[in-house]
Amino acid sequence: MQRIGVFVCWCGSNIAGTVDVVKVAEALKNEPGVVHSANYQYMCSQAGQELIKQAIKEHNLTGIVVCSCSPRMHEQTFRKTAAAAGLNPYMVEIANIREQCSWIHKDMAEGTEKAIVLGRTAIAKVNLNAPLTPGESPVTKRALVIGGGIAGIQTALDIADAGFEVDIVEKKPTIGGKMAQIDKTFPTLDCAACILTPKMVDVAQHEKIKIYSYSEVVDVKGFVGNFDVTIKRKARYVKEDVCTGCGLCTEKCPMKKVPNDFNLGMDNKRAIYIPFAQAVPKVATIDADYCNMLKNGKCGVCAKVCTANAIDYTQKDEFVEEKYGAIVAATGFNPISMDKFDEYAYSQSKDVITSLEFERLMNAAGPTAGKLLRPSDGKHPHTLVFVQCVGSRCASCAEKGKEYCSKICCMYTAKHAMLTRDKYPDTDVYVFYIDVRTPGKQFDEFYRRAVEEYGVHYIKGMVGKVSPEGEKLIVQGSDLIANKQLKIEADLVVLAAAIEPDKSARPLATMLTASMDTNDFFTEAHPKLRPVESPTAGVFLSGACQGPKDFPETVSQAGAAASKVIGLLSKDKLTGNPCVAHSDEMMCNGCSSCEKVCPYGAITYADKEFRGPNRTTLIRRVAQVNEAICQGCGCCTVACPSGAMDLKGFASKQIMAEVDAICK
Amino acid sequence: MQVNEYKPKIVAFCCNWCSYAGADLAGSNRLSYPAEVKVIRVPCSCRVNPMFILRAFQRGADGVILCGCHPGDCHYTSGNYYTRRRMALLFSMLDYLGIEKERTRVEWVSAAEGAKFAATMNDFVQTVTALGENKRLEDLRCKK
Repeated sequence: MQRIGVFVCWCGSNIAGTVDVVKVAEALKNEPGVVHSANYQYMCSQAGQELIKQAIKEHNLTGIVVCSCSPRMHEQTFRKTAAAAGLNPYMVEIANIREQCSWIHKDMAEGTEKAIVLGRTAIAKVNLNAPLTPGESPVTKRALVIGGGIAGIQTALDIADAGFEVDIVEKKPTIGGKMAQIDKTFPTLDCAACILTPKMVDVAQHEKIKIYSYSEVVDVKGFVGNFDVTIKRKARYVKEDVCTGCGLCTEKCPMKKVPNDFNLGMDNKRAIYIPFAQAVPKVATIDADYCNMLKNGKCGVCAKVCTANAIDYTQKDEFVEEKYGAIVAATGFNPISMDKFDEYAYSQSKDVITSLEFERLMNAAGPTAGKLLRPSDGKHPHTLVFVQCVGSRCASCAEKGKEYCSKICCMYTAKHAMLTRDKYPDTDVYVFYIDVRTPGKQFDEFYRRAVEEYGVHYIKGMVGKVSPEGEKLIVQGSDLIANKQLKIEADLVVLAAAIEPDKSARPLATMLTASMDTNDFFTEAHPKLRPVESPTAGVFLSGACQGPKDFPETVSQAGAAASKVIGLLSKDKLTGNPCVAHSDEMMCNGCSSCEKVCPYGAITYADKEFRGPNRTTLIRRVAQVNEAICQGCGCCTVACPSGAMDLKGFASKQIMAEVDAICK
Repeated sequence: MQVNEYKPKIVAFCCNWCSYAGADLAGSNRLSYPAEVKVIRVPCSCRVNPMFILRAFQRGADGVILCGCHPGDCHYTSGNYYTRRRMALLFSMLDYLGIEKERTRVEWVSAAEGAKFAATMNDFVQTVTALGENKRLEDLRCKK
C-alpha cells in the first residue's frame, strides 16, 4: 500500500477563487492510501516546496499528488522537489485544478466538486505508480549534416567551430547548393558567390569537417546520440584524393552535348565535368549516362590527358558506415515543375523561363556570361514580363501547385526587375502580382525603389495566357486596379515558380522517422518554441527543408540548429524518458503486431528460453523494447492482442483506475 | 417549471501534445465548458485502448470523447491514424450494442485550438445531456 501525500495549491486566488481548497484537502484525506493532506497558497514557491519535502520525510510518503496548475507547467518542478526529498520523481502526479477546473468554472460548489474528482483520479493513479529510472545512453560526439547548401554549410561550420566533428553528405558533386546558382541577393544586391564561396573554402579546409560529395544517405538506424548511418558514395570514376581539379579533361572530352544541369540545361557541358569554377571539392566527375568509355568502352581521352592519373573507369559505388550523435536535415528546395502550367507556354517557347533560369542568365558565370539574351535566338529582349505566384498560393488548384506562399518570389522578382532596368535602361519591365509581400528588414524600401527609381511596371492581376507568336510572346492578363484586360507583346517571360522541398526529403524523413507536413516540409518539434528541432530526438532542421526561407533566415536557422546540436553533443550521457513501453515476456507470443505499429522501430524480437513442462526447455520468440528508441506513445500497447505490452507511467491499470475514479 | 438536474458523466481522453495543451489553453483563455467533462491525460490518442472506453461505459459514463492531434500532426508521427481506425471500429460496435453514436466521439484539437476544445466540449455535453443517462452497458455490480 502506498503512503500518499496530497498537496492542494491555492495559486493565490487563481484556484482558491472558485475552488474551496480547504474542503478539497479535507475530502481527499479519506481517499485510499492518503496519509497526509495539506493546502498552501503557492505550492510552487520555495516555501511550498519545502512543505512538500518536509511532509515526504515526516510521513514517509511513497507518492504525492499535487492539486495545482497543469502538469505541462509544473510537473517538472514537483518532480525535482520529490527527488530532492529522496522520493522517486515518477511517484508524483498532478491534478490539474487550475486550467481545467478553477479557470473555466464560475460556481464555487461546482468547481470544488470537480476538483475533488480530479484529485481522487490522480490519487487512484498514483496508487498504482511504480518508481521509474530513466535509462542512460552514451553520445557519439559527431554530427551528420545532410545537404551541402548554405544551410548545411553554415550548420556544419558552426558545429565544427565548437570543436565537434561534422560530416556533410551532398548528393551533387559539389557543395554550394542553390546559392551557388544565384547571381545577386536581395535587398543588398550582394554578389551571392562572393559571400558563399569563402564559406565553401572554410568547409573544405576545416579540420573537423569531412565532405561526402556525390553521396547519399541510404540507411539510418539507431536513436538520439547513437545513429548508425550508411552513406552511398556514388562512383564518379575519378579518384577524389588524386584529382587536382586542373580541368584539362573537361576541355578535351569529345562528348560536348551533355546538358549542363548547373545552368538548368541552358547550355552544355562535357561528359567529364567540374560543375563550376569554385566547386568544393574541386574534382572532376564523369557523367556515366553520356561517357563513351563507360557506355561502349571506346574513348579514354580523359585518362590519357590526366597527368595525375586520377581517372578510374572501374570505380564502383561504395557504402560507408558511420556513427553519429545528431543528424541535421538541410535538404533544401527546388522550384516546382512547370509541366502543369502550360497556359504560360513554358514547354512551347524557350523564351518562357523560370526565375532560377533567369538568375543563371544574369550570372557572369552563366550560359550567356551575364548578358541578358533570349535563350531562343540570343537577341537582346526589350520587353520583359514577370509572372508572380506561378503555383504558389494556389488553394483552388492544389493538384497543380502549392497552397502556401513561397515567400521569396516577391523579393527576388523585385531584384530581377531592378537589375534588368539597371543594366539595360532600354527595357520595359512588367510584373504581374496578386499581392506584393515585403515583410523584412529593408524589404519594402527595396520594392519601392524598383517601382519608383527604376520604373518597373507593377500590375495587380494575374496572367491568363502566354502564346508564342512569331518572335514575340503575347501575354494576356488583367489589371485589377484599372479594371481592364491587357495584352503585352513580350520578348521574355519569367515565371516565379513556387518552391517545394527537395524530392530526397520524403525518403529521408522516413529513414529518420521525422514527421513532415502535407507539403513535405519537415515538421518542427514546436512551431514557436522549438523551431529547429524535429519531434524525433536527435534530428534537427536547417534551411528551406522546414519551410520557404531567404538566405538570412536560412543562415540564422542553420546557426540555431547548430547550437542545438552542440548542446546535445556536449553531454556525455543522455537521460531518456522512462515512460516507455515494456513487454511482459511471459505473456508475449511474438506475433509482431506491436512491431508493425511502432513508428520508431523500437521493437525487436529475441528467442528466449522458458521452462516447459517436464523439465524441458522451450524457446519462444518474444518482443523486446529498446528503451532508448521508444518515445512512449503507447500505440503498441493497444495493438498487443495478449496484453503483454504496457506503457510505464501510463499503464493500462493506471488509466482504468482513473476512469473508475471519474465515473464513481 | 421542472428544472432538469441531470448531469452526465463525461470522460475525455486527451493526448499530451495537442489536445491536453488545447484544454489548458481553453483554461488560460477562461473559455468555460461544463464541469461534467473530466480529462484523462495520455501520451498519444493511440494509447487509448478500446478497453478503457468500454470500462468507462461499464462504470456508468454517459459519453466518452477522445481528442488528439490533427491528422498529419501527430507528435509520434502516425498515432492518430491508428486512433481513427480503431475508434471507427469500436464506435460502430458500440452502436450495435445500443450505445448511441452520439455518445462517442473523436475530435482533433491542436495545442492552439483552445476555443475549439471548449466549443467541442460544450457541444458534446449538450448532445449527451439530450440523450440522457446511459444504462445500456452499465454494470450494476460496479455500483457496490
